[in-house]
Amino acid sequence: MDALYHVLISPFVDMATQPVFFAEVVIGGLMAGVMYALVALGFAVIFKASGVVNFAQGAMVLFAALTLVGFMEHGLPSWAAIPMTIVVMIALAYAIERVILRHLVNQPHIVLFMTTIGLAFVFEGLGELIWGSNVKALDIGIPDQPFFVGGMLLNQFEIFAAVTAAILVTLLVIFLQKTAIGRALRAVADDHQAAQSVGIPLQTIWVVVWSVAGFIALVAGVMWGAQSGVQFSLSLIAFKALPVLILGGFNSIPGAIVGGLIIGVGEKVAEIYWGPIIGGAIENWFAYVLAMVFLMFRPQGLFGEKIIERV
Amino acid sequence: MKRTGKLALGVLTAAAIAVGGVAAEKAAAADEEIFIPLTVYRTGPYAPNGIPIANGWRDYLKLLNARDGGINGVKIAYEECETRYDTKLGVECYEKLKNKGAKGAVVFNPLSTGISYQLIPKARVDEIPLHTMGYGRTAAADGSVFKWTFNFPATYWSQAAAFIRHIGNVEGGLENLDGKHIGLIYHNSPYGKEPIPTLETLSEQHGYELTTYPVDHPGQEQSATWLQIRRDRPDWLIMWGWGVMNQVAIKEAINIRYPMDHFIGVWWAGSEQDVEPAGAAAKGYKAGNFNGVGTDFAVLDDIVEHVYGGDMEAAKEEGLGTVLYNRGVANMLYDTEAIRTAMGKYGDKALSGKEVRWGLENLELTEARLEELGATGLVLPTRISCANHEGEGQIFVQQWDGEQWSKVTDWLEPFHDVVRPKVEAAAKTYAEENGLPVRDCSQEG
Repeated sequence: MDALYHVLISPFVDMATQPVFFAEVVIGGLMAGVMYALVALGFAVIFKASGVVNFAQGAMVLFAALTLVGFMEHGLPSWAAIPMTIVVMIALAYAIERVILRHLVNQPHIVLFMTTIGLAFVFEGLGELIWGSNVKALDIGIPDQPFFVGGMLLNQFEIFAAVTAAILVTLLVIFLQKTAIGRALRAVADDHQAAQSVGIPLQTIWVVVWSVAGFIALVAGVMWGAQSGVQFSLSLIAFKALPVLILGGFNSIPGAIVGGLIIGVGEKVAEIYWGPIIGGAIENWFAYVLAMVFLMFRPQGLFGEKIIERV
Repeated sequence: MKRTGKLALGVLTAAAIAVGGVAAEKAAAADEEIFIPLTVYRTGPYAPNGIPIANGWRDYLKLLNARDGGINGVKIAYEECETRYDTKLGVECYEKLKNKGAKGAVVFNPLSTGISYQLIPKARVDEIPLHTMGYGRTAAADGSVFKWTFNFPATYWSQAAAFIRHIGNVEGGLENLDGKHIGLIYHNSPYGKEPIPTLETLSEQHGYELTTYPVDHPGQEQSATWLQIRRDRPDWLIMWGWGVMNQVAIKEAINIRYPMDHFIGVWWAGSEQDVEPAGAAAKGYKAGNFNGVGTDFAVLDDIVEHVYGGDMEAAKEEGLGTVLYNRGVANMLYDTEAIRTAMGKYGDKALSGKEVRWGLENLELTEARLEELGATGLVLPTRISCANHEGEGQIFVQQWDGEQWSKVTDWLEPFHDVVRPKVEAAAKTYAEENGLPVRDCSQEG
């Protein structure tokens, strides 16, 4: 009976009796969700173009951030280092298409997925080899002063991250919905050969898509790297994006954002109000539980396309 | 044609003799060398911590070979094996290196609690001592059960106790801890949970309230935890973190405006790497330590001279003077002095692990000896015995001033009356569970 009270009643009593703190938890969850969504967006873009989960997205975040800091450590100001890093990520996208993807046209998705696992290790190794393993501070002038609103503690950095994510999503939606390349993506994802047969330049599409994913990786790397320093563990944030994608839908840009927000709020609320009952530190796996519950009711995710195959 | 053939045969024969001679010479040299395996992690998520320690290890051994011709004239051979801080790879490294050298590996430093746990039973069978300096199984401080494992100069339990002593000192006496609220934010792993029993026992004795805040690996995202800390507002916060968890926690503490001089990290959360991402904003943050910081040690001057040819900048690029580099130097200083101690009994020659174990158990580093080594202040004088594999268990607290670490307390005595019985109880349980004999240390020579 006591246990039931702690699970079913006590958390809600706490929420009701401390509404400001509860609001702070929800806002904190939303902000964390934005950060997850920044990583998830990179996955979603590649998935839209190839139908493949890019396992290397986390490693791309690490590589992009390492490259940016590396340039800055060599004396480049951030306004020059950022475009230089974008150029590097585009060059990498080009190299990936030429060396790997071109040879895997029309291969099963699992082959492409395995390739991205290999790519993840290449990115990590290359990043360490070129830029070293030390933790590097990243400061490109993003404001990060805390401030109070109605008794709630907020941080300028979190606001900046939310605005950045909003701009990024708007740009991506316009790019994917309103441009010819964007429309071509879906055709490529559905069937490589069919897309080629109607004149869609597959190679160009892939270079563009991997470049966009590289750019998103840079944005995510900057935001996460500013929080924790740029270091190897940045590549592990991919695991924070997976439940977001499961929940939001792998091929949906708005899904990445909404999924991120739901996961962010869900895990924070669960950690604070239900975590102590079982010893705490539940947020990492709770995100996956939440995603799996959604999966049972909507296998394609909240915003994913329902795939109907007829015999 | 015939002459050419004979000539070729002659050249080949001469070459074979020469190569054979060199090989024999090398084999003879190897017979006279002591082999120390170095299980390092220079790659992977924990490389930022692993690299300076590995560099400190390597440079101290290089120094002894270059300056002194080894230990008492016996050269030291060493070989690195990459573990990536992965337990499975660590065990592979152990198996790969344990039989190398004239008489096998003489001492292993696993440099990971996970690897240590796996090697403790193996090392006992292989008769190779383990030195788990500042990590591993705390109960190994009881040498009557853990004959082959040493964890001097201090254990996690001693450190936790020393933190409470420090907090008491700052609060104006241990009696003032009554009614205080102390939080522990910890890596949600066996390592992170190590201090909890000690802190709980001391909480009962001194009347402070203890609240624990677990953080899941790797700790890249901790906002929920810090919301709770902001709500609870503990008077003091102790952190048992590792890797990225440390950097994020320090940033989060700054974000919630937690008083940084009331925030104390474990000695694995007190390197330059941990605070540099936050930089000057982390000013005031404290951490435990058991080795001197900075470059003001004669032994480091010797490293610069003999290993780096006088190039201080090159040495600093390898980490010289940083917390973890100095810890690596201290680690090898302990191990090589134990080898020297063993040589006092077994002679100046290549030794076996069994012989070096005796050296570790009879190690006595006096103030005078440390001065000879140029390591006064780098480590404390230490005396190891059959029963006590931890030594004095003293640590000090250092503080980040925005640019560097500075020692801000004297060496702090842990609560031996609390810690030692816990160590003995845990060791006894381990002995019972594993069917191990308990040595009668009063009978050991």
